[in-house]
Amino acid sequence: MTKASSTLAPTGGRTRGGLAWCSRYGALAAFGVLLALNIAITPYFLSLQTLNINLTQVCTIIIVAVGMNLVIATGGIDLSVGSLMAISGVLAPMIFLGQVVLIGNTALAVALAIVAAIGMAGLLGLFNGWLVSRFGIQPIVATLILFIAGRGIAQVLVDGNLQTFSVPQFAWIGQGALLGIPTQAFVMAAIVAAALWAMRRTRFGRYVLAVGGNERAALMAALPVRRIKLAVYAISGLCAGVAGLVVIAINSASDANQIGLGTELDAIAAVAVGGSSLGGGQAHLLGTVLGALTIQLIRYTLLANGVPDAASLVVKAGVIALAVWLQQAQRRT
Amino acid sequence: MEASRLERLFKHGATLALVALIAFGAIRYDNFLSLYNVMSVCRTNAMFALVSLGMCFVIMTGGIDLSVGAVAALASVAAAKASPLGVTGGLAAGVAVGFAAGVVNGLLVTRARLLPFITTLVTMLAANGCALLLAGNQSVAVSYTSGFTGIGQGDLGVFPVPALIVVALYALGSLILHRTSAGRSVLATGGGEEASRLMGLRPDATKFAVYAASGALAGLAGVLLAAGSGAGQPTEGVGWELFAIASVVIGGTLLTGGAGSVLATLAGVLLMGTLFTVLNFENGLGIISLSAYWQSVIRGLMLLAVVVLQATVMQRRHRHAT
Amino acid sequence: MGVLTARPPSAYEGAAHGGANAAPLLEIRGLHKRYAGVVALADAQLRIGYGEVHALMGQNGAGKSTLIKTLTGYVRRDGGDVRFLGEPFAVHSPQEAQRRGISTIYQEINLVPLLSVAENICLGRAPRRRGLLDWGAMRTEAKALLGRFGIDIDVSRPLGQFSTAVQQMTAIARAIGFSSKLVIMDEPTSSLNDEEVERLFTVVRQLKADGVSVIFVSHKLDEVYAICDRITIMRDGRWVHSADARDLGKLDLVSHMLGRDMTGAHGKTTAFTHSAGGRPRDTLLRVVSIGADALARDVSFELRRGEILGMAGLLGSGRSETARLVFGADAPAQGSMQFGGAPYRPHTVADAVAAGIGFCTEDRKVEGIFPEMSVADNITICVLAKMGRGGLLDEQRLSELARTLIKQLGIKCSSPAQKIRELSGGNQQKVLLARWIATQPRLLILDEPTRGIDIGAKAEIQRLIRGLVDEGQSVLMISSELDELLEGADRIVVLRDGQSVAHLEGAGISRAAIVEAMAHGRPASAEGTMQ
Repeated sequence: MTKASSTLAPTGGRTRGGLAWCSRYGALAAFGVLLALNIAITPYFLSLQTLNINLTQVCTIIIVAVGMNLVIATGGIDLSVGSLMAISGVLAPMIFLGQVVLIGNTALAVALAIVAAIGMAGLLGLFNGWLVSRFGIQPIVATLILFIAGRGIAQVLVDGNLQTFSVPQFAWIGQGALLGIPTQAFVMAAIVAAALWAMRRTRFGRYVLAVGGNERAALMAALPVRRIKLAVYAISGLCAGVAGLVVIAINSASDANQIGLGTELDAIAAVAVGGSSLGGGQAHLLGTVLGALTIQLIRYTLLANGVPDAASLVVKAGVIALAVWLQQAQRRT
Repeated sequence: MEASRLERLFKHGATLALVALIAFGAIRYDNFLSLYNVMSVCRTNAMFALVSLGMCFVIMTGGIDLSVGAVAALASVAAAKASPLGVTGGLAAGVAVGFAAGVVNGLLVTRARLLPFITTLVTMLAANGCALLLAGNQSVAVSYTSGFTGIGQGDLGVFPVPALIVVALYALGSLILHRTSAGRSVLATGGGEEASRLMGLRPDATKFAVYAASGALAGLAGVLLAAGSGAGQPTEGVGWELFAIASVVIGGTLLTGGAGSVLATLAGVLLMGTLFTVLNFENGLGIISLSAYWQSVIRGLMLLAVVVLQATVMQRRHRHAT
Repeated sequence: MGVLTARPPSAYEGAAHGGANAAPLLEIRGLHKRYAGVVALADAQLRIGYGEVHALMGQNGAGKSTLIKTLTGYVRRDGGDVRFLGEPFAVHSPQEAQRRGISTIYQEINLVPLLSVAENICLGRAPRRRGLLDWGAMRTEAKALLGRFGIDIDVSRPLGQFSTAVQQMTAIARAIGFSSKLVIMDEPTSSLNDEEVERLFTVVRQLKADGVSVIFVSHKLDEVYAICDRITIMRDGRWVHSADARDLGKLDLVSHMLGRDMTGAHGKTTAFTHSAGGRPRDTLLRVVSIGADALARDVSFELRRGEILGMAGLLGSGRSETARLVFGADAPAQGSMQFGGAPYRPHTVADAVAAGIGFCTEDRKVEGIFPEMSVADNITICVLAKMGRGGLLDEQRLSELARTLIKQLGIKCSSPAQKIRELSGGNQQKVLLARWIATQPRLLILDEPTRGIDIGAKAEIQRLIRGLVDEGQSVLMISSELDELLEGADRIVVLRDGQSVAHLEGAGISRAAIVEAMAHGRPASAEGTMQ
């Protein structure tokens, strides 16, 4: 091959700069445009109610997307999050409704249920990580297994039946509000903050980016690659667990067939639109949040102006394709 | 060598398991091997079989097609809308729509160089949306007077028409794979894209072709869905791609591409379909009651076993080589 | 040994070396190629006769690969004249080159291992019957082609199930099947054992007898002399010398490759020069007969505390592979090591790092840098655990460390937060150096630390290394630049064909001695005897 160039700077600076800007700030720009558009043409847009509606819908996606972002940052993907949400959302009511073990104190039962549900999802996430790190199975395939089987497990647990409940100690997660803002928004904010902190201030964060950025180099630098992979999939599972609880709390109902359906796509979309490379090495968490908000806003804009919901799916598809293409084009220059 | 014994297990594992399962069912349940039951299984699984055939070729090139379910749903709506024109009309509409989706996939993969995973995820969303738009968010009834339903509900002699279509296409697929340069190209592309390019084969053209074919087959599956159930259903098709991937992998095709068998895929499809029947019969015996939901769990377990086995073989081979 | 048998004369030898009127099979003149401003080929030339086995030799960056790639149409040439079989030759793809009669057997066998041997030989021009592939005819043809090389295998089994040697024969059979007149073999013997090499040579002789010429790209001197009629040497993208193998001695060959006058006195004292003499030092690392595979077979050496041990050898002599064994990146199949007086058997890289070894790899892009991370993060990535508490990062200490090292090594970046991929190659290399220096290792292994770096930066890095060593650091330095080793290394071990063949120190260190060892060396005893 050619001799290594030592003093020449990388070429293509200007095109790369342009594409990089689009990729990093495209979501922000789009969001800004949409916001302006809505303020202009959508009635009642600037109201607390609108904010609440949108926040409620987007919170669970963001919670899952945070975990997804970490997995993608290591060069992987997690398709099982929707199914893990279902398992969590089905397990919790079973516990605090006393179907698994009878506990007198409702508050205690609720606490136990929350811990158990999230813990279960985390454990299953760990299983995903084990398949990927121990056997070297492609993440798509490894997480596909729980994608298929996970929802089935949830359905089997309740025989496909809808569980409704009236447990205010639990329902506040989804129905309560603080200062007019839904509780789950605070949950989401807490998770995002925790993830941001972890990525910036801990060893773990650096290692995640290193593993995804150049796995061979990470191995040669003696980084704990296997452990990192196990950890991110476990975290993704935990996030899915939390999201599952939020979903069932919103309606005080748990439907194993519906919880988390399609959430994995929404999470991946948020990450892609937010500017993190799907190939790994980057975790723009705030971008992901923005990505989710942008997609939600697109959907809302269309809905509020009479465009059928189905059309927003097509638009969403187009946006994701564009975001990914920009990311790849930028990387290639 | 242990590796080759495991490989032979892959190749024939699905078939063996299928035979074992059928034997189990025949012994345990009455009427398991009845003509009605066998044909019924064939008819129900015809759609999945078609989708799996397309998926098999795509996976052999080292790719994946997550859009097949949504495309089938879209095609079913298109076919239902065109059903007043008879079998030809409905068929043409469905297959054309599927083919178009496949072409989009092929272009995005070979021209825009997007990863197959993301590409087909995007087309899946888009197809889903288009299906709902086209159908107006509801099922679209087919015309019962034009003879369209014959393709889904009719019989030729004792065989359901869908089953015959499947058999014909699988035979064709197997022939193409084993006896044509194009078929070998599919394997070469998955087994070594750069090498196949240097050998004078054209991996990009091959990839484009398999995605287009996968789309067309999904379209045909959608036609059968509409004709068989009497309505074009925009929300059906969820999970079809999983069924297909599971069938293909269980049939022994390598997920990384480069090796596979069309007939083994059929065995994988039948295995998964027979499992459902066995569950029904088992419930009918009244001893245990396993809900249909157990299917996905069992499918997941089967996929797990095969995937872990494949990975172990790969790892061992890698260690052997270096 | 088999590989040293003399070549039998060939019927075409007359045409190959013969009269001035003998038209060459292939003639390349004035070939130019630039890659993004870097000159890969400058006025390259080559002349191959009919039925001739022609070696193409040169060190890393000599331009051999680029020459082959431009010839076969893998990349486009910028200028030059190529004539093949008397006709102008300009192709746009290796497939087209193959159709016109030039085939290439690549080092990584570029066939499809999951397909059968017969298919790998025939695909692209497979026999058909009624539109469908004729497997019977394919198998017959494949068997016939392989039979000419004395190979008898089941051609319907997947190629990947056979040894590399058989896979290579398959590649050659494919070339013959395409009626090639010229077969280019790129490092064909790198994964073969002696018996397989002899078999390959038989095949090459058969090709020669059939009038097919071979371009044999290799760095293995013994083999080149055993099988090749003529040798062409390239250096820095230029043609240097061509001669009949029997007229060119090994020393001359090596010196042509390395490019310096052999006998000339080397340079003045620089900041890198080692201090002569000094008190005897104790052994830090002792490696005894370590080996893993074809590339690193049997290497022994001792590294003493506070010294720079240079590791010299031609391309492919097993230096990087040996370093990987020491670093725990690969598992040895034989041999033993001692580090700091205690037995040392690393199972993983983490073991080596824990023991106090750092390794600056040769290929920074593939195994070194984290492209999306900042300069500071790249520097501190290995010491995060040491500089923090319970998982939390001590940002202040880390940024101080990064800043100190950036200054110390003279890394040119707009700020420590700049993404490393925006830096030049030389500065990236400095960052990797900084990374390992930060871990304060007992032993620092540097694999080609100044390759591809401009003169100024090179001297800086050398000075830096010397500075570290003066403070007690021990360094194992792999380098392909003799001057560098001659200046800076306290002692030198020379590798050849995966074996350590010479241990030089003191007055025994000279260019002549190193080159001699690289060209002719035979394995010596493990203790550091003076040669």
